[in-house]
Amino acid sequence: MVDTALYQALGIPMDASADDIKRAYRKIARKYHPDVNPGPEADAKFKAASAAYDVLRDPEKRAAYDRYGADWDQPRPEGGPTGNTRWRGGFAFDEGDVNADAFRDFFGTAFSERAMRPDQHAAVTITLEDAIAGATRSLTLQSPQIDETGRMTLQTRHIDLSIPKGVLPGQQLRLAGQGGGGADLLIEVSFAPHPVYRVEGRDLYVTLPVTPWEAALGGKVPMPTPAGPVDLTVPANARQGQKLRLQGRGMPTAVPGDLYAVLQIVNPPQLSDAARDLYRQLARTDTFNPRSKLGV
Amino acid sequence: MKKAKPRSARADLVETLSLSELSVFCDTSDNWVVTLVEYGVVNPVARTATEWEFAPPHIARARKAARLMRDLGLNVAGVALVLDLIDERDALARKLAVMEGYAN
Repeated sequence: MVDTALYQALGIPMDASADDIKRAYRKIARKYHPDVNPGPEADAKFKAASAAYDVLRDPEKRAAYDRYGADWDQPRPEGGPTGNTRWRGGFAFDEGDVNADAFRDFFGTAFSERAMRPDQHAAVTITLEDAIAGATRSLTLQSPQIDETGRMTLQTRHIDLSIPKGVLPGQQLRLAGQGGGGADLLIEVSFAPHPVYRVEGRDLYVTLPVTPWEAALGGKVPMPTPAGPVDLTVPANARQGQKLRLQGRGMPTAVPGDLYAVLQIVNPPQLSDAARDLYRQLARTDTFNPRSKLGV
Repeated sequence: MKKAKPRSARADLVETLSLSELSVFCDTSDNWVVTLVEYGVVNPVARTATEWEFAPPHIARARKAARLMRDLGLNVAGVALVLDLIDERDALARKLAVMEGYAN
């Protein structure tokens, strides 16, 4: 059976020209690059396309793939690409690999001198809870080593990484002496999306739904905080989208961040008869016209 | 594949990186970082004659710029525009998230 997975990853037919391959890869890279389009789905598409492009852009590798499919890079007695060609350089870590070929393709010398030794950094994705409480993560690092027979092998190292509390998205961590050649290893931290909180710098945001009467009358409503639920005092006649600040309840950084509740006025899915009667009463007595600016 | 013994290590928060540390972290050259500064993509903490230092948000931005330039074949002016537009888009997405809230 013919293996076409790499062609499918780029959305091209098996007889695509070298230019078609390049064009397809560039289009996918623009659309699904993880820095442009965050999210696991885009990331997977980008990685699949990069891996496919790595093979298909090289006529020799492409011919081997067309002939042998997914096993194209296994060593074969008749000669041809060897097992080592699959290694693309650098540290492989949690999520992601270094696409050194594409790197060189676009950048030539500016980047390529260092492209084969990016063993000074790694990346880790943590939850908001990990960042607030601190956490330990096992980090798997792979670095290329030349063994006594001159063959390239990947040495795997595991590091139990202790993440200090109060780390923010986009923050970097330093592990002294753990990088290639005894240099410091720098680790980029990103946060997995949280179902309740949004993180902006050291502040946290939570969208807090309130009923129209809670917004009108004000009073205490329960709200979640990372340290457990609290009663938030909503001012009377609160607005849709109004931000209420809980000082110091955000990220536990040196200067603690704040927690903001953003009010979201929500009507009940169905009005009860009693509520309808009360609204009718309000409609008869209140003269507020929200459309006065529209001249009606 | 060789296996090595597990090691445990306490990570420290990075306060700042020097120009040369940042260029290593981005797999690029000091000149490239200087160009990023010239285009206003990143800014050093204190612009002294001796040494530039870069704070975490700028380090993250430089890494992002390096990845985008590498993967999409952008030049510095292009990546500067892309990063500004991504910031604008993210700000709009945050506003939209607030407006949509739990309504759906």
